[in-house]
Amino acid sequence: MMPTADVERKSAHGSSGASPLVTSFSDDWGSDISTFKGVRWGKAMMWVFLLSDTFIFTCFLVGYMAVRMSTVEPWPNPSEVFALQAFGISVPLLLIAIMTFILISSSGTMAMAVNMGYRRRKEAATYLILVTALLGAMFVGMQVFEWSKLILDEGVRPWSNPFGAPQFGAVFFMVTGFHGLHVSAGVVYLLTIAFRIRRGKYDESNFEIVEITGLYWHFVDLVWVFIFALFYLW
Amino acid sequence: MTDQPSRQHPIRIYLIVWGLLFLVSALSYMTDFIDRGLWRWALILLFMALKAGFIVAVFMHMRWERLALMAVVLAPPVLLLVLVGLMAVESDYTRSVRFEYFVEGERDEALPVSAGNKRN
Repeated sequence: MMPTADVERKSAHGSSGASPLVTSFSDDWGSDISTFKGVRWGKAMMWVFLLSDTFIFTCFLVGYMAVRMSTVEPWPNPSEVFALQAFGISVPLLLIAIMTFILISSSGTMAMAVNMGYRRRKEAATYLILVTALLGAMFVGMQVFEWSKLILDEGVRPWSNPFGAPQFGAVFFMVTGFHGLHVSAGVVYLLTIAFRIRRGKYDESNFEIVEITGLYWHFVDLVWVFIFALFYLW
Repeated sequence: MTDQPSRQHPIRIYLIVWGLLFLVSALSYMTDFIDRGLWRWALILLFMALKAGFIVAVFMHMRWERLALMAVVLAPPVLLLVLVGLMAVESDYTRSVRFEYFVEGERDEALPVSAGNKRN
């Protein structure tokens, strides 16, 4: 049975009254054929990798929940710890909010890059990827500022801090550090793909590589959504 | 490439979702000005779910994928809620044990009056 023929194949259960969504699912898994129709291995593998990364970050966040729920000392108030002085008043979570908007913007430019890739507008896709990488680098830069402020000025350590429960430092460095590593790796990834597009490496393809790169980048943004909500706001 | 579904969505939908993400992020930042309690936590989770949904559905193109891929990616993380539940019960127990055996003992030693009474 040719895999391409299966895509348009009428479902064997078509007359059973089940919805097309369900029959498409059972047909895709139901015989010795390619499961993910129209999805090349590169994209499927990126999704599987992101799924495994989801489990890693969930383990970190669940560990954070466990230490925060079980500590007998008061948890430091993040909106005070991460407050910044602006125009003479203390604004809670100011830098974190700016970082959030920067990362969302980078996701927006990445989505545009994917779109331009599928329209075969190479130049536009390349520049949008470079803008995405620049915004990502800005995010990492702000995180470096935040870390150095907390380590050098406030004396936060993985084992102690001046605000309250000592686990706060361990969770903060672990979670934001691992996320920051993902952003840094993503910037390198984006730059690599941008230069390869420029060199013409993907001219023969339909630029699906931009979508695969975009999946990784959006995932990094997605993880930040959870860190922002559960660590900084909770 | 014939089996490749069309990926050329209008740019407008990305701009709309981008704007929505900005709006919901601003709203979720504003939850920081609500006192800690049910309302704050409910709103944090609501805005978090909205943002995650927008990113996965539109930016990551999940809403245009077939159910076979959706199920592989979206179903396993639901199981993680079991882990969350188990660890919540466990850490609640740990906390009660700590109060039972550590915190009270330390408090007794820290209180000069009761310590003095014990010595006499």
